[in-house]
Amino acid sequence: MKNIFLFIGRHFTFVSFIVLQILCIIMLSKYNKTYEAFFSATANELTGKVNANLSNVYTYFSLKEINRQLSVENARLRDSLKANFIAPDSTKKLVTDTVAIDSIKQYRKFNYLPAKVVGNTISSQTNYLTLERGFKQGVRKGMSVLGPEGIVGVVIDVSENFSRVMSLLHRNSKVSAMLKKDNVAGSIEWDGVDPSYLTLRNIPKSSNIQKGDVVVTSNYSANFPSHLPIGTITEIINDPSTNFYTLKIKTATNFYSLQYVDVIENLQYGEQMKLENTKQKSNE
Amino acid sequence: MSSIVKNSFRFVFFILIQRYVLNEIPPLHQFVTPYLYFLFILWLPFSINRFLLLLIGFLFGLTLDYFTQTPGLHAAPCLLIAYIRPYLLNLLIPQETTEQSYIEPSFKSMGGAPYSLYVFLLTFIHHFYLVLIEWLQFGDFIFFIGKVAATTAISLLLIFVTELLFFRKAKFKTNAAYI
Repeated sequence: MKNIFLFIGRHFTFVSFIVLQILCIIMLSKYNKTYEAFFSATANELTGKVNANLSNVYTYFSLKEINRQLSVENARLRDSLKANFIAPDSTKKLVTDTVAIDSIKQYRKFNYLPAKVVGNTISSQTNYLTLERGFKQGVRKGMSVLGPEGIVGVVIDVSENFSRVMSLLHRNSKVSAMLKKDNVAGSIEWDGVDPSYLTLRNIPKSSNIQKGDVVVTSNYSANFPSHLPIGTITEIINDPSTNFYTLKIKTATNFYSLQYVDVIENLQYGEQMKLENTKQKSNE
Repeated sequence: MSSIVKNSFRFVFFILIQRYVLNEIPPLHQFVTPYLYFLFILWLPFSINRFLLLLIGFLFGLTLDYFTQTPGLHAAPCLLIAYIRPYLLNLLIPQETTEQSYIEPSFKSMGGAPYSLYVFLLTFIHHFYLVLIEWLQFGDFIFFIGKVAATTAISLLLIFVTELLFFRKAKFKTNAAYI
């Protein structure tokens, strides 16, 4: 026992180095695995405040661009107002003696919560945005984020007044996407090379694709509404060893000049997740 | 100015520069990420306690991690160079003369060649470890080699410019309590 203490005493620096190094590795692995806020919410709050102040300055330099984006977005939205609502496909009508329950009534599925971007990185391999809207203002983990021209990312961490968004430009980001013209679904990833280009995988070679085709979010995503723009195909990489194309997508969103985004709340997210996560009983 | 006050200023200054200037630069290429913040650790005084040095390195890296939301990513390499620094300094400078007459590492206090070697080695080790961690998360060997080389080159350039811009007078130690 005495020898152990002697050893630690003699190599105190080395031992503390190892201990701290292990601490770092634990933090790294924990954070990457679960995206759980290993850092307390206060840290997010503090750096968020600094970001908010700086962002006030930055905003002035891009007012023209924001105006353009907004007018383009307005025009697009007028086209697609109905897309926020879904009509249940059911031809049944339930009739009781006195009350008629109208099952064709439309109900709201998606809610759009506007938020200001106060922090945005594009230069690293793991890029995040910080929004000035948090738990108190209705943002929750897992909500999707839409920019004026296309989708931006997914909320991964929420503090009281700020939220953290994993941008599409993140090596671990994965979003379900499809081709607008024939609804073939694949998944959008980022290869870490260029912030203006994403990669679309798993599009079967049977589908007829061309450069310039529009890629939108698919119906299969729980957090993104369908048919939101992601980008356009700029390059088709034909790998002979697989049955799938790898496509290079030019992003619809300009990640360099994001100032205002919408956080999209799916009012049925909880219900859908609960259903999808229940284990199916196999009848062997 | 007291050494503690001066280094506290540097601490804040380097973090802010790294996060709000260098990290905001639009990427030229996926390999090119300008890093300068770790220069803070290279500029710490000679006489600092080894354990304290480790602790400062760790906290410094962690502070940057708070801002970039990547816990551990910068803290680990900072800790490593803080650990290696005293050994490297022991090798590179004549112990008796330099450490007693100068406060912190610089061109003047160590001499051109040893100081350049000192900066180069620690920069390289820092980037090697940093990119290694990134690489383990999403591997690609070309990415690893390319990024280590490119970031090291960019960092050395930045450090050189910083040395020219913020010329540090190589102060002698005197008997006064604070210099």
